[in-house]
Amino acid sequence: MFESLKRIIIVTGHYGSGKTNLSVNLALDLKRAGKEVTLVDLDIVNPYFRSADFKELMNKNGISMITPTFANTNLDIPSISINLNGVIHDKNRVTILDVGGDDAGAAALGGYARSILDTGDYTMLYVVNRYRYLTQSTQEAVQILREIETTSRLKATHIVNNSNLAFTTTKEDIERSAEYAKEIAKECGLPLWGSSVMKEVAKQLNDMPGIYPVEIYVRTIWNQ
Amino acid sequence: MAERVLMKGNEALAEAALRAGCRHFFGYPITPQTEVAAYMAKKMPKIGGTYLQAESEIAAINMVYGAAAAGVRAMTSSSSPGISLKAEGISYMAGADLPCLICNIMRGGPGLGGIQPSQADYWQATKATGHGDFQILVFAPSTVQEMVNTVFKAFDLADKYRMPAMLLGDGMLGQMMEPVEFPDSDPSANIPAKDWALTGHHNARKHNVVNSLFLQPQALEDLVVERYKKYDYIKENEAMHEEYLCEDADIILVAYGASSRIAKSAVNAARAQGIKAGVIRPITLWPYPSKPIDAACSKAKAFLVVEMSMGQMVDDVRLIVNGRKPVHFYGRTGGIIPTPAEVLEQIKKIAGGDR
Repeated sequence: MFESLKRIIIVTGHYGSGKTNLSVNLALDLKRAGKEVTLVDLDIVNPYFRSADFKELMNKNGISMITPTFANTNLDIPSISINLNGVIHDKNRVTILDVGGDDAGAAALGGYARSILDTGDYTMLYVVNRYRYLTQSTQEAVQILREIETTSRLKATHIVNNSNLAFTTTKEDIERSAEYAKEIAKECGLPLWGSSVMKEVAKQLNDMPGIYPVEIYVRTIWNQ
Repeated sequence: MAERVLMKGNEALAEAALRAGCRHFFGYPITPQTEVAAYMAKKMPKIGGTYLQAESEIAAINMVYGAAAAGVRAMTSSSSPGISLKAEGISYMAGADLPCLICNIMRGGPGLGGIQPSQADYWQATKATGHGDFQILVFAPSTVQEMVNTVFKAFDLADKYRMPAMLLGDGMLGQMMEPVEFPDSDPSANIPAKDWALTGHHNARKHNVVNSLFLQPQALEDLVVERYKKYDYIKENEAMHEEYLCEDADIILVAYGASSRIAKSAVNAARAQGIKAGVIRPITLWPYPSKPIDAACSKAKAFLVVEMSMGQMVDDVRLIVNGRKPVHFYGRTGGIIPTPAEVLEQIKKIAGGDR
């Protein structure tokens, strides 16, 4: 599945669609596949549950990270590290951009649109979750993508089905989400990259094509 | 019940308020509760409601006062420093017997403090939400689903007793996502007739007065004493709690909100090591569920209160236990969350001391 991903991987979506968990999994798997990887926390909206939480895990696995200067401090200031343009143009490195939710989160991405377009070497994933309350209809999901594209000045290239109900997700929940993801992809005229599914459930989905088994890294302190 | 969906605590409480018939939200953004205001801003115009971002927290609570006086279900939400600003208005509402919902998604303090989760506003919520002799109803959910259920309950009881209700959550509950289901209830079923509301009398009835100013001290004392009889009734009838593995427990942990989730994890780990521990989880913080703690004194050997503060609720537990058994405390503060491993250490220390 990784062959279809270009050197710069931009992960966008609605709040809570699962962008951070997908980004962390992609970073670790691409590193395991032998690439040099940088994970960028570009979320200037969300105070908790963000890529910057996984700095230690990334460092341990030899993945470099760029995080907002004040991420996870008590300073509520949306500032982005100046190192970002460097990695965007580093041809020896896969860069994963974990973008903030909705168009508000994608605003930070807009500042780098020109640089990213200049490389001509990017994939922009739009992550959807059929069970997120405000993106349950195809229309709502497509509208949020349009808003993200307008604000970020970049076009999505793939849809990722990350439908889940946290730890209670069942095989049936994933099966029921297949049609939803397909419809969004069709409506947007984009290919479906695949369905990211927690490993325990992925094992039960042998017949379903395009399953990307993921670990759940984004979790509360009492679920660790 | 409808289909389960995945929601952040803040979004779920906002949606629950809409479903409970609230059409008037007045607020001011502050991390970590901003999603409540953002959700209301998006949804209210679509359903004919009013979302207003006030110029300050003080303005917002006074708008809630006005809307509640007109008889509608009104609410505001904020986080710790913002609630301090609302304190005056909350006292005025208690003094004018007005129902409303106030949400506090707590962050670290004092002062501007920080934006990470905390439970350091327990005293403020239960003892001193403002000046004067009064109480408000305080609910402390511990899951996103319970946030939903609590919003319905809080609006219903606020209307029933004509007093403000607070949902006291912490940043972790506001920001985390869990599956939820919304009840298919008709909110109007639980809204009592508000014949005291300022809806225009058209010379057809005596005019209503909503006010907290009294010129005669005796009239004020009479009213406050009457109100305290209501508080006594509420204390007797509305306290809510959950017991987890308490039946045979030697060590009873007392914790609310996100801390109770950590306490349960720690208790499970303790039981795996052969230590009989359990959790009493207050769901209402005022009225405080004193009966189950009082009853546990006869069986338990010790209590351990776990909070994300320097120790506030522990005072109430000590008052109830009244020296009969040791009451220990473990807390982290300033936005730091205690880990299940840290709490387990405390349980082991207490268990070791008992042997």
